[in-house]
Amino acid sequence: MRRPSRRFAALPALALFAVLAGCGGGKKEAPPDNAASVPDVPAYGDMIVEGSIGDISGFLSAVTSDSASHAAAGYVFNGLVRYDKDLKLEGALAESWTISPDGKKITFHLRRNVKWQDGAPFTSSDVMFTYRRMIDPNTPTAYGDAFKQVKRASAPDPFTFVAEYARPFAPALESWGMDILPKHLLEKYPDISKSPLNKKPVGTGPYRFVEWRAGEKVVFDANPDYFEGKPYIARVITRIIPDQATMFLELKSGGVDTMDLTPPQYARQTETAEFKKSFNRYKYTASAFTYLGFRLSHPFFRDKRVRQAIAYASDKKALIDGVLLGLGQEATGPYKPGTWAYNPNVRKYPHDPARAKALLAEAGWKEKDKDGVLRKDGRTFEFTVLTNAGNEARAKTAAILQQNLAEVGIRMRIRTVEWAAFINQFIDKRDFDAVILGWSISPDPDQYVIWHSSMTGPKELNFVGFANPEVDKLLEEGRSTFDTEKRKKAYFRIQEILAEEQPYVFLFVPDALPVVQSRFHGIRPALAGISYNFNKWYVPKALQKHRIEP
Amino acid sequence: MLRYIVRRLVWAVPVLVGISLISFLMIHMAPGGPISVGTDLNPKATAETRARLEAYYGLDRPLYVQYGRWISRMARLDFGDSFSPDGRPVAEKIRERIPITLTINVLSMGLIFLVAIPIGIYSAVYKGSLFDRISTVFVFTGFSIPTFWLALLLMILFGVKLGWLPISGIGSLEYHSLSLTGKIADRARHLLLPVLLAGFTGLAGMSRYMRSNMLEVIRQDYIASARAKGLPERTVVFRHAMRNALLPVITILGLSVPDLLGGSVIFETIFAIPGMGQLFYQGVMSRDYPLIMGILTIGAFLTLIGNLLADVGYALADPRIRQG
Repeated sequence: MRRPSRRFAALPALALFAVLAGCGGGKKEAPPDNAASVPDVPAYGDMIVEGSIGDISGFLSAVTSDSASHAAAGYVFNGLVRYDKDLKLEGALAESWTISPDGKKITFHLRRNVKWQDGAPFTSSDVMFTYRRMIDPNTPTAYGDAFKQVKRASAPDPFTFVAEYARPFAPALESWGMDILPKHLLEKYPDISKSPLNKKPVGTGPYRFVEWRAGEKVVFDANPDYFEGKPYIARVITRIIPDQATMFLELKSGGVDTMDLTPPQYARQTETAEFKKSFNRYKYTASAFTYLGFRLSHPFFRDKRVRQAIAYASDKKALIDGVLLGLGQEATGPYKPGTWAYNPNVRKYPHDPARAKALLAEAGWKEKDKDGVLRKDGRTFEFTVLTNAGNEARAKTAAILQQNLAEVGIRMRIRTVEWAAFINQFIDKRDFDAVILGWSISPDPDQYVIWHSSMTGPKELNFVGFANPEVDKLLEEGRSTFDTEKRKKAYFRIQEILAEEQPYVFLFVPDALPVVQSRFHGIRPALAGISYNFNKWYVPKALQKHRIEP
Repeated sequence: MLRYIVRRLVWAVPVLVGISLISFLMIHMAPGGPISVGTDLNPKATAETRARLEAYYGLDRPLYVQYGRWISRMARLDFGDSFSPDGRPVAEKIRERIPITLTINVLSMGLIFLVAIPIGIYSAVYKGSLFDRISTVFVFTGFSIPTFWLALLLMILFGVKLGWLPISGIGSLEYHSLSLTGKIADRARHLLLPVLLAGFTGLAGMSRYMRSNMLEVIRQDYIASARAKGLPERTVVFRHAMRNALLPVITILGLSVPDLLGGSVIFETIFAIPGMGQLFYQGVMSRDYPLIMGILTIGAFLTLIGNLLADVGYALADPRIRQG
């Protein structure tokens, strides 16, 4: 199971696996704790086996970019800050921080008495070392840019670290969630990715690394000296099981304690009383959304009314029912429902084919050819939507949208392309009419790189070519102040404009559907999901299944 | 003979270089690259990050320079370091995957020969009999059935319903605390389903091949004369016919050499076996050029060696060829 909320695994807003990444304000649907006769007091011991689709590729999250590796690193390392259960930043290795009135200087006050797992003390020199390695060209990292914004870094004393920026930059705070590396163990390696620590990590985190067998499993034991107290669960094993169906069978037979369910598994295969006795299922809003994006320079889609018409024509309820089996909700913009930046009061587009037709007629699409497809100035309204092959949810989405658009006289062809070719040949070359894709939503609302009109160059992410002077200004404002109220205002307004303009038709936000063996207690679903308090999960003594000798 | 072998080995060098050049060009022509995984659609990665990563992996150099570097390393038998973030040597990554893949392949191939050859002989000798027809249906069922589907059904039956066998993986979680016999038993329990399944799905080719060889041989004049001499049918079938029908199997054995280290992706994925198939698949998906090239080179080398072994073995077994 992925644990993005424990750390900053949400760093790469990778669209590819968006549906799997997850967390959000949620609920447990099973009755609280099954075994009422057992005294329900926290106890140390037992082990949890989690299933992971992908193998990890290293433990130093600065150089890895897959969610399995980031989740593994999250057990062993800490950043200065992290997101709490409400997806707000809180201190981790930093006890607190202050931001200078002009917003250019962040001063972190570090926790004292934190020890590396080999016993060495943690100090500000480790933070400085991590910062230096993040901007070092010998470090193969994709996350160096946020650190290059730092104009001057200093460590005035062992428990203070100061980062100064040329101008106030709100997302900078989040970037200090990067795992802090042990200077004393890494300084002799010019390239940290080639250091032994990338295979046998030593961190400050709640778990110590025990063993990694490539393609098979990773084992961690509880760190008795963890600065927030020893975690209850004595051992964590991540088993690598590349096939979803196999993993589900392992779950049912006891070989795996927790995994993320697919919508069909949740809705159809786990409804039995027997299953519910042994497992607790959870359901909460994932940090991701799926959209239909237009190339805005396309002659059809240049007209706002056409985009709005397509939004009215799209039956989002049918999409959620058909693609997610009802396990999701309508998306109204690029933010996660329930978070502080999310604006619930924007223009909505309920399924309304009549209105769609009226808007299209207004835009000049009046005639119809013999197949009932709209025509204007001698051109028929047909276009191709691209999506990546191998993503069943997106293929289904395309099929339903095709039907929806046919109802209003638009012919949409569907083409699926292998991921790398999709990105390199079509997205990067802006060679598409429309795409179905997803973004994962990072907790910080800064989406400058996705919507700002300057970000339309090669490989840049405003590939739809959205340009709106007011949004540009608001994006600049939003990232240059630490004042949450001011930021909220800016992002609320951005969502209003996006809803009006429909550069994307925002389709749906899926639910994350983790399941955990019912002997694990102490799970408290929140906006951030369930794993934010993993260290406080426990198995009551009487229910413990494994005896772990440390 | 010796001169022949030496000549073939010398010839193998330019062939290997040719294969590696074509492979190298092909994998570099495929869209995407090693840094795509981390930087494509990553809001945190700018053009500068991409340039830095390309320089780090040497991808900013012309293709012929990259190939030159690779081949000069290869000449020293250095496979280089993987482009995966762990940066481990390719040779090490391959080495740790070989034992499990080799074990499964040797066992399932052994099983196939053990079962398919008798089936082939028997159904040739009793051509058209009930056994012939049933075995034909049986082996073709194995050949046509989707492996992943059958695998899941067997897992549900033996793993979930009956609870006799583990579902996936190659060892229990407590594997390393078991005694030696415990370890062997544990590993055997984990490998039973995969090996049986690989055997079952692979029976068809070998058994049909054996059957048609046998049919061919039985029609020969020397079989007729053996029978005419009044030899018992057993002797005719096993001494005269079977030995001759087995000759072409040597070729098959030789050609199977590269398969010993090649794992099936679907199979390994379903059973969560950390073998060569998965390693190669991950390598391809993440465009880990050194790893892909390493595995392809080993495959090419084994194919050439296998061909040579087949030819030499055939020559040793068949006097007509040896003297010809």
